[in-house]
Amino acid sequence: MGSRAVFGQAALSAGEKNPKLMMLSGDLGDSSGLARFKNSFPDRFINTGIAEQNMIGVAAGLAKEGHNVFATSFAPFLTLRSGEQIRMNLGYMKLNVKAVAIGSGLSMAFLGNSHYGLEDVAVMRSIPNLTIITPADCAEIVKVVHAAAKFDGPMYIRLTGGVGNPPVYTEEYDFEIGKSIVLRKGSDITIFATGSMVYESLEAAKILDHLGISSSVVNAHTLKPFDYSEVDKAILSSKTIITVEEHSIIGGLGSIVAEYKAKFTNSPAQLILGLPDNFGKTAEYRFLLEKYRLVGEKIAMDIQKFLKKSRLNNDRS
Amino acid sequence: MDHLKKIENMALFMRRKILDISFQSSHAAHLGGGLSMVEIMATLYAHILNFDKNKPNWEKRDRFILSKGHGVLGYFSALLAAGFISEEKYATYLTNESDLIAHPIMNLDLGIESSNGSLGQGLSMGIGIAYSAKKNKNLEYKAYVLLGDGECNEGSVWEAIMLAPQLKLDNLIAIVDYNKLQSDMTPSSEIINFGNLAAKFENFGWDVYDIDGHDIIQLVDAFEANHGDGKPKMIVANTVKGKGVSFMENNNEWHHNILTKSKYELALAELEG
Repeated sequence: MGSRAVFGQAALSAGEKNPKLMMLSGDLGDSSGLARFKNSFPDRFINTGIAEQNMIGVAAGLAKEGHNVFATSFAPFLTLRSGEQIRMNLGYMKLNVKAVAIGSGLSMAFLGNSHYGLEDVAVMRSIPNLTIITPADCAEIVKVVHAAAKFDGPMYIRLTGGVGNPPVYTEEYDFEIGKSIVLRKGSDITIFATGSMVYESLEAAKILDHLGISSSVVNAHTLKPFDYSEVDKAILSSKTIITVEEHSIIGGLGSIVAEYKAKFTNSPAQLILGLPDNFGKTAEYRFLLEKYRLVGEKIAMDIQKFLKKSRLNNDRS
Repeated sequence: MDHLKKIENMALFMRRKILDISFQSSHAAHLGGGLSMVEIMATLYAHILNFDKNKPNWEKRDRFILSKGHGVLGYFSALLAAGFISEEKYATYLTNESDLIAHPIMNLDLGIESSNGSLGQGLSMGIGIAYSAKKNKNLEYKAYVLLGDGECNEGSVWEAIMLAPQLKLDNLIAIVDYNKLQSDMTPSSEIINFGNLAAKFENFGWDVYDIDGHDIIQLVDAFEANHGDGKPKMIVANTVKGKGVSFMENNNEWHHNILTKSKYELALAELEG
């Protein structure tokens, strides 16, 4: 099952528990997996038409009157076209709206750059008062939707990954907004990953193990407010910090960690892995992840190369 | 009739207060668009809106949204007249870190429902508010949204215009302060020519009233008219920018300007003359 279908199912069960929960969609209700929600709660679902700016405003009005409103669309339409509505209503007025981007990153594949979420985190994260969450897999999407249904405040939820997302979690676990999850402990390096890249980073860590490099992997699901405690630990214990994200290398997880780390004089070097700052050619989702070296094997290769290079640099100095 | 006198008195009081505070603040202020909306606001706050100034968060209150956020002079002066804002608070207008600046900042204690200033957003919020009232059968409040005609250049306004009739929000009342001037000196009709704005709204499925926005009898009639056919209501209030001060009327130098002592005295003499 893909992230959108899971989102729709989670929305339905959260809706059953929370009578004040509403779902809005810019004519992507079916694509967002919300058909069952719409049928179960017809007066709690509004298709606002292909008009995202108005959708965010309507969501804000509903939130002002006590509803917890999820508003969904594709990442660029939601965050960039309605960016100012989000800034005014969610940021400035702190209204209880959850903006949910379906299919962020590259998962829209052949639909092309018009539909990709390349810079959404960079934009959303610079708006005050927003909480930003990128679930790592389908199990975490369910956790996030239920947590958001109980959370009183504005939020941006970024769904990445395609159909048949590989699972990170196979057993029940505790999810808490704003608290990173250490999935793996290692002594050499720490990899911070978010969204679809958590799975790939775990794969990379396995490969690095065979090469004698011991890695910690942290699921940084909440990008704002960010859990810096794991960065603090990594600064003290790791030789190198790596960030991996299906987002532009400008303004996302890599920037979040780098901005924080900048104040420490002796902090380890950081390798920022993500999407290049350009509009590339369009292809199948998996093809693009391979091309941009955001798959386990290539992440491991790039980390190994980086470590080798920094060792050489250290030897020279 | 009593209520007409009350509205008229409030309008006069508001104009006086608009001039006073604009002069006292010594900063440039949106005078033209503040003065054009005075009768609309006086009619709302003296007669139409259901509210309790001592209980600003009363859940059955009517909600008013100033979508043309730069119209604060016509808004704060109405909130002052209605008792939401004290004289002391009013005097803080455009002072450092005041709650009362050039655009509304959401503050229910002062009767301000939402933060505005970015044009083209208030009607969307009004839809959400009106929909909430429809959903909750115990609450019969209405949502009132005041827009500017220049603001109707924004595409998002028309997104909202299209959705409201679809949702059958007959508890949503929009008013356009149609003063026919916007920011530049050029008349609005030479920037984006709406032609017959009322007919446009009607075509989109609204219950439309095309009236003189300074005639309080027409305003009261338009607000009180009830066609009861499930349509949202649109009042196209034809107004004069800078209304009430002859040298400001239809003169867009007063869209955003400083009221000097000599001009203030001149304006006041006219108002009281």
